[in-house]
Amino acid sequence: MMRVMTDRPLKVLIAKPGLDGHDRGAKVLARGLRDEGFEVVYTGLRQTPEMIVTAALQEDVDVVGLSILSGAHMTLLPRICSLLRERGMDDVLVTAGGIIPDDDVPALKECGVAAVFGPGTTIAQVADFLRANTRPRD
Amino acid sequence: MAETRVPVVDDAAAADRADGLCDAALAGDRRALARLLTAVENRSSIAEPALRRLYPLAGRAQLVGITGPPGAGKSTLVAALIAELRRAGRPVAVVAVDPSSPITGGAVLGDRVRMQAYASDDGVFIRSMASRGHAGGLSSATTAAAAVFDAAGFDIVLIETVGTGQSEVEVAATADTTVVVEAPEMGDEIQAIKAGLLEVADIIVVNKGDRPGAHRTAGQLHAMLADTPREARPGRPVPKHPEVLVTTAATGDGVTELLAAIDRHRSVAHSTEGDSARLKRAESQVWSVLVDRLHERVRALEDDQTERVAGDPRTEAERFEGRPRAAGQLLRSVAAHDLDPYAAADAILTELMPDARAPGGRIRAG
Repeated sequence: MMRVMTDRPLKVLIAKPGLDGHDRGAKVLARGLRDEGFEVVYTGLRQTPEMIVTAALQEDVDVVGLSILSGAHMTLLPRICSLLRERGMDDVLVTAGGIIPDDDVPALKECGVAAVFGPGTTIAQVADFLRANTRPRD
Repeated sequence: MAETRVPVVDDAAAADRADGLCDAALAGDRRALARLLTAVENRSSIAEPALRRLYPLAGRAQLVGITGPPGAGKSTLVAALIAELRRAGRPVAVVAVDPSSPITGGAVLGDRVRMQAYASDDGVFIRSMASRGHAGGLSSATTAAAAVFDAAGFDIVLIETVGTGQSEVEVAATADTTVVVEAPEMGDEIQAIKAGLLEVADIIVVNKGDRPGAHRTAGQLHAMLADTPREARPGRPVPKHPEVLVTTAATGDGVTELLAAIDRHRSVAHSTEGDSARLKRAESQVWSVLVDRLHERVRALEDDQTERVAGDPRTEAERFEGRPRAAGQLLRSVAAHDLDPYAAADAILTELMPDARAPGGRIRAG
């Protein structure tokens, strides 16, 4: 397969909001996206929405990928989306993954989460979605 | 031969956008500052006008390089230094470099994990950068990124390199003060007297000071590096005499002393010794721009069809097809060993600068 490389790698923040006990999935995704040619900033476990949004702003990322397993997604994800907007980052693509019930997905999309990737999603699916949906910038 | 062409960019619009971002960043807008760093890192069209505007404002900050092998505790030490600086009310910027994959170009930038405690503190700005194929422990945009932070008023910029081995010494040419971080048991006295990384240290830190052997390692380094006689002989370079300190970054032990040593070195960096370091840095900056300009001119010898655009799925070999003699034919001749690389380079130089003559007059027809 011929790999299409852009001149500038896309920059992705992988962040774990809330009190999850482990981050195996987030690390696997970070490594997988690395292999897909992305520059992945990883910030570790137990991040507040403010920490995540500050990291996204300072790193000037194209994508914020949020991994959450604890069930607090309906509180934390909307908060992150609104903080991003408050700080002028409405052009940043926000995606989510982890354990998120299907019933919650419409409400999350309503508040600005572009896609929710559940268990079983392949790295290639995530990578293709990010490439297709990030906004071109300089 | 094709007419020399430079890529078409709207210079006026780029300059306007650069001015807007610079105004905002200098007024304290962190988003604008982040955007400027991205422009510099991606060498976008606004990078050059922005850097030209900011350069006169830079030159005040102390650039502190933090280098050492993977896992020695560089990121944890940077986090501890941030804490120490913030206790004193001093703003601090960090450029943290991690390696890019030589295979896919991707990277995992994980230095922030240890530095996330300052989300609501405007006096701290941390930026991760991938090395993007640049060897030597930094990325090619590191110096420019530090200059942007410098111009934006950060008084101290910590530059964390990728995990280094024995000889990635580029950071010493970029930073005013170079801190080499080692872990205990990094080796014996022979390791300490080998040439390379330890030679460029202004300060050596043995981190993980709570581990057995830390103080013995520091003692060996001190005996081999700091205690050697310092006699300036005409025409011979004077070896550095690094301070050797022990820290435990995870608990903050010894970090106050480290910051004091960094501050002490600042006065050295602003002395005549520092002058020659700054001259060297200026030289390497000018050279790197010269080389970039030369690359641009050589690429401008290409056909329209071979201009690289983002997302171009063609391979390098396919892109070489159709290049005029200056690039394509010459490269093919070199690949076939019909022409040596020196003659090819001279031919391109003659094409670009018809008045220039190669040293030794080695130009000959390809």
